[in-house]
Amino acid sequence: MLNPKLKLNTKVWNVDVEKKSTRLGFGEGLLIAGTQNENIVGLCADLVESTKMNLFADKFPDRFIELGIAEQNLASVASGMASMGKIPFIASYAIYSPGRNWEQIRTTICFNGEPVKIIGTHAGLSVGPDGGSHQCLEDIALTRVLPNIVVISPCDAIEAKKATIAMSKIKSPTYLRCARNDTSIITTEETPFEIGKAQIIFQPENGLASLGIIATGPSVYNALIVAKNLESEGIKVKVMNLSTIKPLDSDAIIALAKETKKIVTVEDHQISGGMGGAVAECLSQNYPTRIEFIGVKDKFGQSGNPEELAKYYEIDQEAIFRAVRKILSN
Amino acid sequence: MEHLNEDKILELQIIANNIRKSIINMLCEARSGHTAGALGMTDIFTYLYFEALRHQPENPFWPDRDRLVLSNGHICPVLYATMAHAGYFPVEELNTLRKFGSRLQGHPHREFLPMIETSSGPLGEGLSQAVGMAIASRMEKGVDRKIYCIVGDGELNEGQNWEAIMLASKEKLNNLIVIVDRNFIQIDGSTEIVMPMGDMLSKFKEFGWNGEQINGHDFIQINHAIYNAKNNKERPYVIVAKTIPSKGVKAWEGNYKWHGIAPNKEERDMAIKELEKIC
Repeated sequence: MLNPKLKLNTKVWNVDVEKKSTRLGFGEGLLIAGTQNENIVGLCADLVESTKMNLFADKFPDRFIELGIAEQNLASVASGMASMGKIPFIASYAIYSPGRNWEQIRTTICFNGEPVKIIGTHAGLSVGPDGGSHQCLEDIALTRVLPNIVVISPCDAIEAKKATIAMSKIKSPTYLRCARNDTSIITTEETPFEIGKAQIIFQPENGLASLGIIATGPSVYNALIVAKNLESEGIKVKVMNLSTIKPLDSDAIIALAKETKKIVTVEDHQISGGMGGAVAECLSQNYPTRIEFIGVKDKFGQSGNPEELAKYYEIDQEAIFRAVRKILSN
Repeated sequence: MEHLNEDKILELQIIANNIRKSIINMLCEARSGHTAGALGMTDIFTYLYFEALRHQPENPFWPDRDRLVLSNGHICPVLYATMAHAGYFPVEELNTLRKFGSRLQGHPHREFLPMIETSSGPLGEGLSQAVGMAIASRMEKGVDRKIYCIVGDGELNEGQNWEAIMLASKEKLNNLIVIVDRNFIQIDGSTEIVMPMGDMLSKFKEFGWNGEQINGHDFIQINHAIYNAKNNKERPYVIVAKTIPSKGVKAWEGNYKWHGIAPNKEERDMAIKELEKIC
C-alpha cells in the first residue's frame, strides 16, 4: 500500500492518472524560486521553451540571459555570475549539459564550489523518436562522480517543482535530472520533500517486506505498479523513491537492505555508474546484499516511442517483474 | 591616469624586476612549473596590481573591488608573486609553491587561496567566467567595477573562448577588459605552426570588440591601452599584448622550451645575477 504518512497521490493506480513532465515541474519551480529570491538568474543555450525556462524568462527578462548554442560557455558564465553573488540556473538537454560541458561543470563550478544549478532535461530513453543521439543515459554517472555536487532525479512534476525550490536555497552546485515526456503524478503538494532524504513510498500493510525496489525519476511509477501487483500475489515489498542520488541516503538504503535482504534498482540510465551503482557501492561496503539492476545495459538508444524503447532495452514493468522473479527464486 | 611620468615608470620597472626575481626563485624552489609565460607577463601584472586595479590587498574580499581572472592558470607564479609584492600575503610564502599543503597550488585553486577570483588551469574557461562576472556586475546599481581577464594566445585555440567573445559582444560589456598574452609560443612550439591564430586583434574586432595591440613590456603603452579600455563605451575591449617569453633573462627569451619547465640552481643563479644588474 502507499505509505499513508507521505500523502501520496491516491489516484496513481487509475489508468487515467494525471500526467505532467518533470521539466515542466522545474519550470514552475524556478518561477516560484525566482519570485522569492531576486538573486536567482536564468541562463539558457537556445532551448528556453523545451527546458521550460521560458516561464522564468518571460516573468524576469532582466534576470534571463540567452547565450545561443554554447553549452560550455553556459556553465562557465554561470560560474562567473555565481562568484558575484548570483544563484544561476542553467538549463539545456542533459546530453549537452552535463554531457557536452562536463569539464566546465567540474572545474569552473564544482572545483570552485559555486552554487550553480544545472538542469538537464530530456534525460533517458523516454525522449523517444529523437533517437539515441539525444537520449542521455550517462548523466547520473557524469555528475555523481564530481565532488561538492548534489544530484537530484525527481519522480514526478510536483517533486521536480519542490526540488527546484529547495535547490535554490542550498549553497552546493546541484544537478537536476528531468525527463521530456509527461509522466504519472505520484506525489501531491502535501508530500514532504527534503534533499538527501529517500522515501519509502510503498510498503506492506503489515509485517516486514521480503523485497526492496529502489527507483529514481519517472521510473518510480513502474516500480509502484509492479509492487502493487506483487502485493496482490501476497509478496511483501517496499518501494523507495531515491530522488537524491548524491548525497546518498545510506541509512535508509542500509535499513531497507537489512529488512528485505534483496534489492532491485530501477532507472532510465546506463547501469554503469548510475543510481543502482551508487546503491551497490553503499551496500557492498556496509551490508552486502543481492541486487538486480534494471537499467540500460551498455548500449545506446534509438528512435521509437518510449514504451517500445523501454521494452526493447528492458527497463519496463515486465523487465522489473523478471528481475523480481529472478531475485526471489534464489 | 592618462600619462605616466618617468618616476612612475622607473618605480614600476623596479617592482617588475623584483617580481621576476621572486618568480625565478619560487620556480627553482618548486623544481617544476611554467617559467616563460610568467616572466613574459610580469610587466602587465605589475601594472595591473600597482596601477590599474581598484583593490585593497589588506581587505581582499572588498565587495566593490575590480575582478581579475587569470584564465591561463599555468602562469600563476606571476599572479602569486605580484600579489605577494602587492601585500596580499608574505613574499616568503612564495617558496611553498607546488608543495603539499601550500596555498599556492601548481595551478590556481581557490579552495586553497580564496582571495583569488577563480581556479584555473584547464584552458579556455576564464573568459566565460569573466563575462559572467561582467554581466552580474552590471546588474548591481551604482558600482563602477571593471572585470579584467588574462588569456594566452595558444589558449585561444579553445572554441569556448569564441562562445564567450560572441556573448560579450552581444551583451555590450564595456566593463570587460581582456588582455591576450601574445607571445607566439605554446607547448608544442610556435603558435603559428601549431595552430595559426594570425591577426588576433582583427579576429576580436570582427566579433564586435574594440581593442588595440601593444608592446606588453612598455609601461607607457600598457598605461595608454588600459586608459582607453576603461573609457571605452558600448563594447568589450581587448588588448593584444605582444610579449617576449621569459622576458628579462636573455638566454631564455623567446625559447618555447621554457614554457613548462623550471630553472635549476645554476640557471637560477645566472638569471638572478642578470636581474641584479638592473636593480
